[in-house]
Amino acid sequence: MTQVLNEQHIYVAQLRELSVGIGKKLTIAGLELALFRQDNDEVLAVENRCPHKGGVLSDGIVSGEHVFCPMHDWKIDLRKGEAVAPDVGCVKTYDVSIIDDGVYLLMD
Amino acid sequence: MLKQKIILIGNGMAGVRTLEEIIKKDPNKFEITVFGEEPHPNYNRILLSSVLQGDASIDSIVLNSYEWYEENQIELFTGDTVVKVDTKSQTVISQNGISRHYDQLIFATGSNPFMLPLPGADKEGVIAFRNIKDCETMIDTAKNYKKAAVIGGGLLGLEAARGLLNLDMEVEVIHIADYLMERQLDDQAGRMLKEELEEQGMKFRLNAHTERLTGKKRVDGVLFKDGSKLDADLVVMAVGIKPNVALAKEAGLETNRAIVVNDYMQTSVQNVYAVGECAEHSGIVYGLVAPLYEQGKALAEHICANDTLIEPGYQGSIVYTQLKVSGVDVFSAGRFQDGEKTKSIRVHDEFEGIFKKVVVEDNKVIGAVLFGDTSDSPRLLTMMRNGQDISKMSKVAILPSENESDEKESVVVAMADSETICGCNGVSKGDIVKAINEQGLTTVDQVKACTNASRSCGGCKPLVAELLSVTTGEEASSQKEPICGCSDLSHEEVAAEIRDKGLNYVREVMNVLGWTTENGCSKCRPAVNYYLGLNNPIEYEDDSTSKFVNERLHANIQNDGTFSVVPRMYGGVTNSEQLRKIADVADKYQVPLLKVTGGQRIDLLGIAKEDLPKVWTDLGMRSGYAYGKSIRTVKTCVGENFCRFGTQDSIGLGIQIEKKYEGLSTPHKVKMAVSACPRNCAESGIKDIGIVGVEGAWEIYVGGNGGVDLRSAELFAKVHTDQEVLDTISSFLQFYREDARYLERTSHWVERVGLDHIKKALENEEKRAQLIERVELALTKQQDPWSDVLESKDKQESLYEKKEVEVTN
Repeated sequence: MTQVLNEQHIYVAQLRELSVGIGKKLTIAGLELALFRQDNDEVLAVENRCPHKGGVLSDGIVSGEHVFCPMHDWKIDLRKGEAVAPDVGCVKTYDVSIIDDGVYLLMD
Repeated sequence: MLKQKIILIGNGMAGVRTLEEIIKKDPNKFEITVFGEEPHPNYNRILLSSVLQGDASIDSIVLNSYEWYEENQIELFTGDTVVKVDTKSQTVISQNGISRHYDQLIFATGSNPFMLPLPGADKEGVIAFRNIKDCETMIDTAKNYKKAAVIGGGLLGLEAARGLLNLDMEVEVIHIADYLMERQLDDQAGRMLKEELEEQGMKFRLNAHTERLTGKKRVDGVLFKDGSKLDADLVVMAVGIKPNVALAKEAGLETNRAIVVNDYMQTSVQNVYAVGECAEHSGIVYGLVAPLYEQGKALAEHICANDTLIEPGYQGSIVYTQLKVSGVDVFSAGRFQDGEKTKSIRVHDEFEGIFKKVVVEDNKVIGAVLFGDTSDSPRLLTMMRNGQDISKMSKVAILPSENESDEKESVVVAMADSETICGCNGVSKGDIVKAINEQGLTTVDQVKACTNASRSCGGCKPLVAELLSVTTGEEASSQKEPICGCSDLSHEEVAAEIRDKGLNYVREVMNVLGWTTENGCSKCRPAVNYYLGLNNPIEYEDDSTSKFVNERLHANIQNDGTFSVVPRMYGGVTNSEQLRKIADVADKYQVPLLKVTGGQRIDLLGIAKEDLPKVWTDLGMRSGYAYGKSIRTVKTCVGENFCRFGTQDSIGLGIQIEKKYEGLSTPHKVKMAVSACPRNCAESGIKDIGIVGVEGAWEIYVGGNGGVDLRSAELFAKVHTDQEVLDTISSFLQFYREDARYLERTSHWVERVGLDHIKKALENEEKRAQLIERVELALTKQQDPWSDVLESKDKQESLYEKKEVEVTN
């Protein structure tokens, strides 16, 4: 099913499908991402692999704009994609727009 | 330039401390070789009693690991001892035939325990308390024997006796004098100590003269000169030490009681030194740690100064000592016996069990004995070291702990920066404050790692903690561990606030208790969620966003992001129907690995998250709780129905227990087992709660752990009926649920609070009944989490479903 609003905006979900405090795994075009709905209904999206050992971030404990990797408890900043010190490493982040309760992913 | 070559004979505390001091001063000047008789790296002998008493592991008392030797390029021979020293050619030869040349030779051969030359002292079961091997012998002996006798009521003897008590042995201490620790205490304090230890279960025989040890091959008793007898399966001699001087003598060094040294630790032979218990300085042989370290420092200074004599060298040490027996605070220092010219300040409070005596001569403190409250010890030691004139000081200034006003100022505040806090390692108040401020230290362990303070005997730990809180301005003493970085409150405080304020939501707790982060973290949220559920088991709605993935999803996450599923099999019993179902599911979902777990259950590994609800539906079995901080499995042996040895129906009881406590949340996972005989096929001895059937009764063991910190469970109760077993488990479990910190295994909890604390709490019939009632209440709320998920479309969608988006152009 093709769900493209324009060249970059790809519709991926309804906002109500996402819960605050619980990550959602999303596969799209061979990529695996994790979506995190925030208190203010903003949605943050990152690559679903911890920079440490590839832990599935969508299954971690979510704390606002951070997620704790379920594998070894690394703390990842979802907005910057960076591991919080003392750990180092980075995951790819993706821009998300919410249009009429639809969640759209901005892809290159 | 060729490096100078140092050889150290003896890999103990004194010698290696000397090396540390040398390396600190001049890391690259010397090539160093060490010979040690014991097959271990350098360890803290003073803490052997803590190992024996179960407060420390052997690994944790290692002072310098093999890596340390490697990093400092020190050649180390363990389990090998030097047998010959040729001071002319400056060479040593070891037992294994290794030969090395030296420029400087250090004897740190220490001492051997002095074994009384009693008839029978060579029998099996007669040992000293000196090294790791002795310690291991005692631990092994306690498994098969019950009665122990310790000869010697001094520091070492009492510490050994306490350890043997902890190993569940009956212990009688045989002492020749009419009160304990007569070399360190006066008669008053010695008697108070005896009373205290008797309360802990130790028995004493004072003024006792041993005639011989009886028994055939193995010792079976002690016979006294007055004809009386004592049964004993183990005799520990702790009557003193004998400096190890044979090698030195043979090499031609001057010896008296030990190797004679001057203020620079030089022996009578050039380029040969001695430190520690094998050295005699001004007629004194020291057997305590602080003097050894002071000697080591003096020697290092001398060696690094290229043989120039730096004034004043080593001037002897003020001897002080502390008993390391939990619940008993004893300190003594210097000359504390009354003499003709001495006067003393005494405080004796028989109600509080406190005794203090400060001995003064010529307006100077020359000795002190403190019992029951030792907080003034560092101050008194400093006064003694400095020879401070006390003629104008009030009693309260000398013993600040006697200040009864409410605003008791911390002892450390009054101390000068130069005053020593850690006597063993010579760390001053100024050193510690500087480290805390410059490196932002917040825990005692960090201070220990940075400054060495409290690294040895640990006696100054309370002072370090106090100094830490005074310096950082944190109200709380640093003994308190905050729940995590989001709050200053400890686990206990958070749990109490939830109770007292009647809090009901995770976010509410964080708001009301002033969390520094908005949403908490992966440490505090699960803990707070647990405490909330504990406080209000019926109405509290579990917060799944505050749970670790395994508990949130009721399956175990694996390293590739797939999950494993363990269906319930009560007591480890299954049948062909269940096995067929499991096999069918394995085929249908192409389960890559089927495995039997340590808890006797079948684990289906490698299942995708989104398939979990389908797998559960197809299995039609209940959740096996292999993932929660909760009651896990009850492992059982075959038992009386089939086994030749089984005395009880272990399977039946195991199933009954597993059904009863199924799904109950606990601070950490709880594993149980039921064995039908002492052969213990279900491994009950390393479970949180282990039950062993014996003829006509069940023994209940608690606090065992087969995990990272392997720990044997301790016997908690012996009961006769199944109902008594369940009541004991209920009260123990509920007390653990309420008293332990979240993520604290029963083994750590039992070690932290002590089994006696738990036993005492559960002795009270009324309290026991209340605990049982509260656990029953919590159990009414339990339901199978898998069927719970299967009944809720919402939960399936939000927790398990993944989104797939296909993109086509």
